[in-house]
Amino acid sequence: MMRLPPFTYLAPRTLGDAATALAEHGRDAMVVAGGTDLYPNMKRLQFEPKVLVGLRGIRDLRGVRGSAREGLTIGAGTTLSAVAGHPEIAARYPALATAAGLVSSPQLRNMGTLGGNVCVDTRCNYYNQSHEWRKAVGFCMKKDGDICLVAPASPRCWAVSSSDTAPVLWSLGARVRLVAASGERTVEVSALYQDDGIAYLAKQPGEILTEILLPPADGWKSAYLKLRRRGSFDFPVLGVAVALRLEGARVGEARIVLGAVASTPRPADVAAAALVGERLTPELIARVADLAAGPSKPLDNTDFTHPYRKKMTRVFVARALRALAGLDGSGRPVEEVA
Amino acid sequence: MSAERTQGGSSAGSARAIDGGRFGRGAEPPSERKHEFSVVGRPLPKIDAWTKVTGETKYADDLVLPRMAHGKLLRSPHGHALIKRIDAARARALPGVYAAVTGADLPRVKFGILPVSQDEEVLCTEKVRMVGDAVAAVAAVDEETAERACRLIDVEYEPLPALMSIEESLAHPEIRIHEYGDGPNVHKSVALQFGDVEAAFAKADLVREDVFYYEGNTHLPMEQHAAVAHAGPDGKLTLWSSTQTPHYVHRVLAKALDMPAAHVRVVATPVGGGFGGKTDPFAHEIVACHLSRLTGRPVKIALTREEVFYAHRGRHPVLMWLKTGFTRQGDITGCHIKTWLDGGAYGSYGVASTFYTGVINPVTYKMPVYKFEGARVFTNKPPCGPKRGHGTPQPRFALEVQIDKAAEQLGLDPADMRRRIAAEPFTKTANHLTVTTTGLVECIDRVVEASGWRAKWRGWRFRAPASPAQPVLGEASEGAPEGGARRSEAPSEKKRGVGLACSAYLTGAGTAIYWNDMPHSGVLLRADRSGAVTILCGATDIGQGSDSILAYLPAEVLGIAPKDVHVHPADTSLTPVDLGSYSSRVTLMCGMAAIQAAERLKTVIAKAVAGKLEVGPGELVFRDGKVGAPEEWDKAVTFARAVELAEAMHGVLAFPGSYAPPKRAGKYKGGGVGPSPCYSYTACVVELTVDEETGEVELHDVWIAHDVGRALNPLLVEGQTEGSVYMGIGEALMEGQVFRKGVHKQPSMLDYKSPTTLEMPEVHTILVETDDPEGPFGAKEAGQGPLLPVPPAIANAIYHAVGVRCDEVPIAPEMILKGLERRRQGKAARVGPEKIPVFKFKEPLVVESAFGQPAEAIAVRPFQS
Amino acid sequence: MKTRISLTVNGETHEVLVPVHKTLLEVLREDLGLTGTKHGCELGECGTCTVLADGEPVLSCLALPVELAGCEITTVEGMARGGRLHPLQQAFAELGAAQCGYCTPGILLTAQALLADRPTPTRQEVKAALAGNLCRCTGYTKILDAVELAALRMTGGSRVGDRR
Repeated sequence: MMRLPPFTYLAPRTLGDAATALAEHGRDAMVVAGGTDLYPNMKRLQFEPKVLVGLRGIRDLRGVRGSAREGLTIGAGTTLSAVAGHPEIAARYPALATAAGLVSSPQLRNMGTLGGNVCVDTRCNYYNQSHEWRKAVGFCMKKDGDICLVAPASPRCWAVSSSDTAPVLWSLGARVRLVAASGERTVEVSALYQDDGIAYLAKQPGEILTEILLPPADGWKSAYLKLRRRGSFDFPVLGVAVALRLEGARVGEARIVLGAVASTPRPADVAAAALVGERLTPELIARVADLAAGPSKPLDNTDFTHPYRKKMTRVFVARALRALAGLDGSGRPVEEVA
Repeated sequence: MSAERTQGGSSAGSARAIDGGRFGRGAEPPSERKHEFSVVGRPLPKIDAWTKVTGETKYADDLVLPRMAHGKLLRSPHGHALIKRIDAARARALPGVYAAVTGADLPRVKFGILPVSQDEEVLCTEKVRMVGDAVAAVAAVDEETAERACRLIDVEYEPLPALMSIEESLAHPEIRIHEYGDGPNVHKSVALQFGDVEAAFAKADLVREDVFYYEGNTHLPMEQHAAVAHAGPDGKLTLWSSTQTPHYVHRVLAKALDMPAAHVRVVATPVGGGFGGKTDPFAHEIVACHLSRLTGRPVKIALTREEVFYAHRGRHPVLMWLKTGFTRQGDITGCHIKTWLDGGAYGSYGVASTFYTGVINPVTYKMPVYKFEGARVFTNKPPCGPKRGHGTPQPRFALEVQIDKAAEQLGLDPADMRRRIAAEPFTKTANHLTVTTTGLVECIDRVVEASGWRAKWRGWRFRAPASPAQPVLGEASEGAPEGGARRSEAPSEKKRGVGLACSAYLTGAGTAIYWNDMPHSGVLLRADRSGAVTILCGATDIGQGSDSILAYLPAEVLGIAPKDVHVHPADTSLTPVDLGSYSSRVTLMCGMAAIQAAERLKTVIAKAVAGKLEVGPGELVFRDGKVGAPEEWDKAVTFARAVELAEAMHGVLAFPGSYAPPKRAGKYKGGGVGPSPCYSYTACVVELTVDEETGEVELHDVWIAHDVGRALNPLLVEGQTEGSVYMGIGEALMEGQVFRKGVHKQPSMLDYKSPTTLEMPEVHTILVETDDPEGPFGAKEAGQGPLLPVPPAIANAIYHAVGVRCDEVPIAPEMILKGLERRRQGKAARVGPEKIPVFKFKEPLVVESAFGQPAEAIAVRPFQS
Repeated sequence: MKTRISLTVNGETHEVLVPVHKTLLEVLREDLGLTGTKHGCELGECGTCTVLADGEPVLSCLALPVELAGCEITTVEGMARGGRLHPLQQAFAELGAAQCGYCTPGILLTAQALLADRPTPTRQEVKAALAGNLCRCTGYTKILDAVELAALRMTGGSRVGDRR
């Protein structure tokens, strides 16, 4: 049986105590909420924290506050099941409910939290392996080694951003609150990530992600599509998040963000810009989908081949746009999709 | 769900009178009783269902003994390397460690499941041949300490080049993985010819040559292998293990530990899924025993999921070249197959696997002339072996896809073509195998009818412009679609298709793993004054329900309830040998032995009761827990009373039953692989949708008709069928044991893709009963055969939907896209292997074809009376 | 270093003294002797070790007892009450939904949570609820049938004689 290595577990009751504990233990400590990402990685010795700061006992971290009209605030400790099943999120931020509901398996979603999924470790099939396996293949720079096994000539790590909710939150213009012993700040989700498989979060080690703040939903429509081998368990190997604000029949604002094709969620800004001021015709959708595939640059370190994932970017963007435009595969109108 | 059964059936050879001999001599009940079974044919719960649904069943890893230590194996990080030095001193010094051993501490013997392939070391001493080979082991106070200690063992390796494919192994004869075999890195090479295959091709109207590839995959039982060993102070040893073959493990333990077999006891615990993956003896089992002897403590070794991928013995990756001649009407004139198997690092069952890639195809269809060449190549990967269907799903895939292609060229409905060429009952095949009953025609008819095949196949068919390379010979059976949704009504990128395929599979191998004249299966049946009957049998329940069969059959014969039968399985000290749960042999062989023992008991009881009731023994009926004469049923005695009467007359009531298959092996070298008492037959239709933009396949429905001879318990047969369909789907669409940079690419439940509920279509099972004279109450196998037609039916349905031929599994979405892209470029819309290895097979052994010769309806068997 | 933890399992409260890094799976099996909870990967990739925490299916291989103090844990041993099997257990046995039986405890508990939430689920809802439990034996067919049969019986319906 795979077992956890020993550690000390702290269970603070308040956010302040948690931030203090994290500051005190520095790099030896990690926070844990649902544990669905952390514990498997610890069993494989990818993470070796000496101290875990458990966030479960902090009530403030759970729950959804506010309204879609003024913007919702979701506690980072809210489970993915709760996010997926929240009526107002499902109605007004459907892409977020969809993405949360597509993470892994039902059991994982009962345990895993939205904050955990936003911060989920980048993945790579040279890295998410046991210590013995990694030793056999030769360790990589993300843990215990000094080269990238996907791109050996590269100076950086190419592990893949594998969050379902991150591209959606980015496309929705969400922000997150980060709390440290020294103070707190709020940043755009788009500023939370950086394109490096190791330092993928622009978050200080002492900062705890406490809240996800969604802007008002009025006028926005959103969709999320996920590519993976099976309908359950699997991480995304491509995620497409699209959010549009319509002004009459024309697009007022648009954001397209791609997941699982880089070490960060990757915005397709040129493609999104091409939508603005236009009607969502089949021709425009085809052109925008081509443009969106440009920033999709997957490498060979997940399930499916990377050329296939790239090729699917265009298909998925087109499908997401068609769904939001109410068009079917042949460009004919279909019934409204949430 | 929709499951149906048919009795008897009207297809050729399916309805046979059951010989009275099966009901015993002199004491048989009136012959019409065979249609009034009290247990057989009823959907009863399995006898172990109750402990399984309450969590009470004790699997190997659930066992805990006082003072038990936990063992762990240190495994090689190199695919191929010489061991220069191993030093376990640092591990031994770690507090909590009871023992740390290397191969030097064990007897220097090699072992393996087949006598001809004794090529495994318990702990490697000189050389490792794969990542995951065990080199040292530790027993410690707990698993964590054992694991930490393993990391303290110093091993110095001298790496050798690792050969990771058939091509690499054949291209580098100077690098030898083993020193034995049929050539450098060639484990086994076989060549057999039955009749003049070139002459057969010359007579054909259409000759097709195709190349196919079937990727390797693994069993992935939900339970990881585990074993607990206890060496007692009396010098005797007991091993509880999650194994399908306790008898073979028993033999290997005695050899590898250099102990008298008489002092070794092996108990197979309930197995949490096997599928062939727990059919070999494994290093961890032997090491647990050794560590227990060394420490004087019970020792448990439980493999991690990753280690299970290294234990493997799963489906061989097989590259196949298949050439078949067809007449205009669809008859096969002759067939020639070449197979190359990627065997991995050790022999395992590989010699048998190699034969199985060739010898079973002629059982399904009339193939007057047949030639087979096969070679198994060693590579530095976990060894392949038997997985559900052992060696036959690969050539089955090739043959069924090729027939689909031929049918199209010949303008034939693939269902009609197969119906026409289905093997005849009670005949011999070209390679001297005996077909007894076959329900294949009825199976085809039933799935065709249930699936609405005719309308769907004609209505939805993809029609590509006829390629010049594949001229249509006959009149295409065009015609307006007669029903079902027209494809154009669906969203444009989603295309619907149906595909059909058939298969046959053996009901137990006709020969044992090691040559001997003893029974393949034995039982001891004991009747108790309480009215209970106890049956002891070496069979191992791996979920298929063999324990239940062992209760049902004596209950049927003796007229008591299955609950009145106590089953004690799989304990080498208590139970007569059964060779193991492999090759779909258990229901037939244990079943026949159980019936024999029950009939013997029945004869003695009848004699005693007859004396008491003053009637002839032949007049007595055993039913509803009573024994009596039907016309004076009020005087019938209870079964418990009957047992007392018999025990008073006869003494202790304990009777053996023995079974060995009829000796039907072809009289040629290699003729021992393939014979079976009887063969099951299956036909399958798959309906699916292909997304032309993504290449994704969505399965909707599978109709599968299986000739099981007789369904002793239809629930269990349906369960085996549905499970086989599931596993076939995984192999067809997503499962693959693949390697990269010398290591297993995905040794985890997340990355090795096993279908979930969401990938599983609705399965419509149809059971066809042909009442085979060789089987217990007419039963044949159900555990493996139904897997076989599923992958080719899926490939054929994909072609039907979008016109892309996938000559390789698993069929990834991108393969379909590649095929579509090729068609857009004006090329053949085919994806699959493009070339075959440069390899010279040895001169074939030429044997006369036995095709069409009549076969005896009931064979003579050893231990029959 | 060991920690004293109070765990409520199947309605009984246990005081256990265990290292904090021992997962719920390990504590249930090794400290409480409740080996009905099985394991297939210990990484959250198969669903075999599913138990209920306050009625919700969670993976015991990724849960720490220290995080579950105050929770009501249910394992397969807690499904039968007063010697009577849960209707799901009864249906699984009757319909042959347990072959090797190894994934069965996790699936039973997941299904129990589903039926508590949705007494008459559609087949698609049953599939969705069980999508986190791998089974290699059954092809899920009889499992889905058994959940439907149990649901019918629990809501007063009857399918006796309907099929078998």
